Amino acid sequence: MQNRSAYKHYYLMLLPGLLWLCFFNLLPMYGIVMAFKDFNPGLGIFRSDWIGFEHFKYMFELDDSKQVFKNTIIIAVMKMIGNLIVPMLFALMLNEVKNRLFTRSVQTIVYLPHFLSWVIIAGILLDIFSYTGPVNQLLQTWFGKDPILFFANAELFPWLVVISDVWKEFGFGAIIYFAALTSINPEMYEAAAIDGASQWKRLTSITLPSILPVAILLGTLSLGNILNAGFDQIFNLYNPSVYSTGDIIDTWVYRAGLIDMQYGLATAVGLLKSVVGLILISISYTLAYRFANYRIF
Amino acid sequence: MIEERSLISKFYNGFNVILIIAITLLCILPVWYTLVVSLSDRAAVAAGNVFLFPKGFTFSSYETIISDSQFLRSFLISVQRVIYGTIITFIVVLLMAYPLSKTSKEFKHRNIIMWLLIFCMLFNGGIVPWFMTMKSLGLINSIWGLVLGGGLPVFNVILVMNFFRNLPKEMEESALIDGAGPWRILFGIFLPLSTPVIATILVFTIVGHWNEFFQALMIMTKNENYPLQSYIRQVTVTLDPSKVDAETAKRLTSLSNQTLNAAKIFISMLPLLVIYPFFQKYFVKGITLGSVKG
Repeated sequence: MQNRSAYKHYYLMLLPGLLWLCFFNLLPMYGIVMAFKDFNPGLGIFRSDWIGFEHFKYMFELDDSKQVFKNTIIIAVMKMIGNLIVPMLFALMLNEVKNRLFTRSVQTIVYLPHFLSWVIIAGILLDIFSYTGPVNQLLQTWFGKDPILFFANAELFPWLVVISDVWKEFGFGAIIYFAALTSINPEMYEAAAIDGASQWKRLTSITLPSILPVAILLGTLSLGNILNAGFDQIFNLYNPSVYSTGDIIDTWVYRAGLIDMQYGLATAVGLLKSVVGLILISISYTLAYRFANYRIF
Repeated sequence: MIEERSLISKFYNGFNVILIIAITLLCILPVWYTLVVSLSDRAAVAAGNVFLFPKGFTFSSYETIISDSQFLRSFLISVQRVIYGTIITFIVVLLMAYPLSKTSKEFKHRNIIMWLLIFCMLFNGGIVPWFMTMKSLGLINSIWGLVLGGGLPVFNVILVMNFFRNLPKEMEESALIDGAGPWRILFGIFLPLSTPVIATILVFTIVGHWNEFFQALMIMTKNENYPLQSYIRQVTVTLDPSKVDAETAKRLTSLSNQTLNAAKIFISMLPLLVIYPFFQKYFVKGITLGSVKG
């Protein structure tokens, strides 16, 4: 419909973004070759020797890396489940309240934690759960329990991570369910009431079936995140005494690469994660497209 | 709406409201506690006597912060970063979204570019190559490393592009007949209609830049170049409980300045607490805009 003369304008419009993409998205991908080289900072990436899959072989021999992959998947799966169920339940609960002022106020407050950084939330959590903090004080006065160093306890740590993540995100995650709930035709409820359906009956036969497709779609899309256990959160909350259960791929790569300077190994592990992640996301998007007609573009 | 009169229903609704209130309080309580600690006396906090209301009410923490030059410097770096980042993102995303909103018939190369963007959104080289790139681009200790280092915000481009695609075609067609070029159509017709989606990407960008702390930890070699979040992390999250037995933990807590840290944390979240309710109606729309149903 449009002639070619518009093309030069289109490319001019795309130019700044494509430059940004080249320097800060594509250029770092060149560094991936470090995963296959014996990187020597003195020689630089280009002149270092190729060693093939040595880093990958070494990685699979490390006990560390098995533990780290296991921790990542456990935490990520628990988060996926929590972040799928809790926002939906909360949206359903709030949907039963008909006072607009009340629901608006509640929404404004529960969205709040999503906007705070993990640095801030970790700072607050470490304070609240510290040795002399309010949680330990209450446990002591009410239940006579000895104080616990919560975030230094390897058994508790994954649970604290999952619960605090669900706490931070459930309100924001509920937005999409609120939208789905408001799009239900009110006449259906009126008709059901005339037929004598109880509040519970209306919930199970009208409300739930209406939002189930949304839940299935979100669940499918979240499958791509199975290797993302949340770097920002764990990086700010963890410490060496919880490495056995709380160390994840991203934090391990950070320490191996930027603290211990094992550039090649860290790049290899990071690359493996990226490739597996890309495959998983592609699968979940394809499923979402096939079965829910969902497209991002 | 239909009123339910039965006793069970009343009981259920009352219980539901109480549970919602409890959950809501749980969301605000940590923020409230931080404010309370920041306004309390140091000794009372260290002894673990402060819960829901300040003990020994004082503004001394806030007075200390005003004269803390590192805090102020980090605050200003964060403000600068947010301003640069938001302006650049706004311009780049807007310009990119327009040609990409064309069909592949109108703009033949559109699909190739789109797939390139999607690939870059879903795949990256990891942090080690990223750090090497920043180094070779000479962005160590530079604020531009923080502004641009996150890469092209592809998701925002997609949001705006999808919004453009859903605008009525007729407006653009009549403008074309009047002889308007792509620039006039974008800035004269599309932009004024796009307030909800623009507001959405602006709030995502502002919050993202304000909250980001990790890139600065990597590329800033001097603490004085830290933005606020990296600075806060440095003063609050550095205690290592593994090396701490019960006695040392107590001693450390009384040594570390909890009230001052709480005041720093509170100030650092204040800008977001103030702006986000104003953006609420937009990002609620923006989230549901994220997808097109085919």
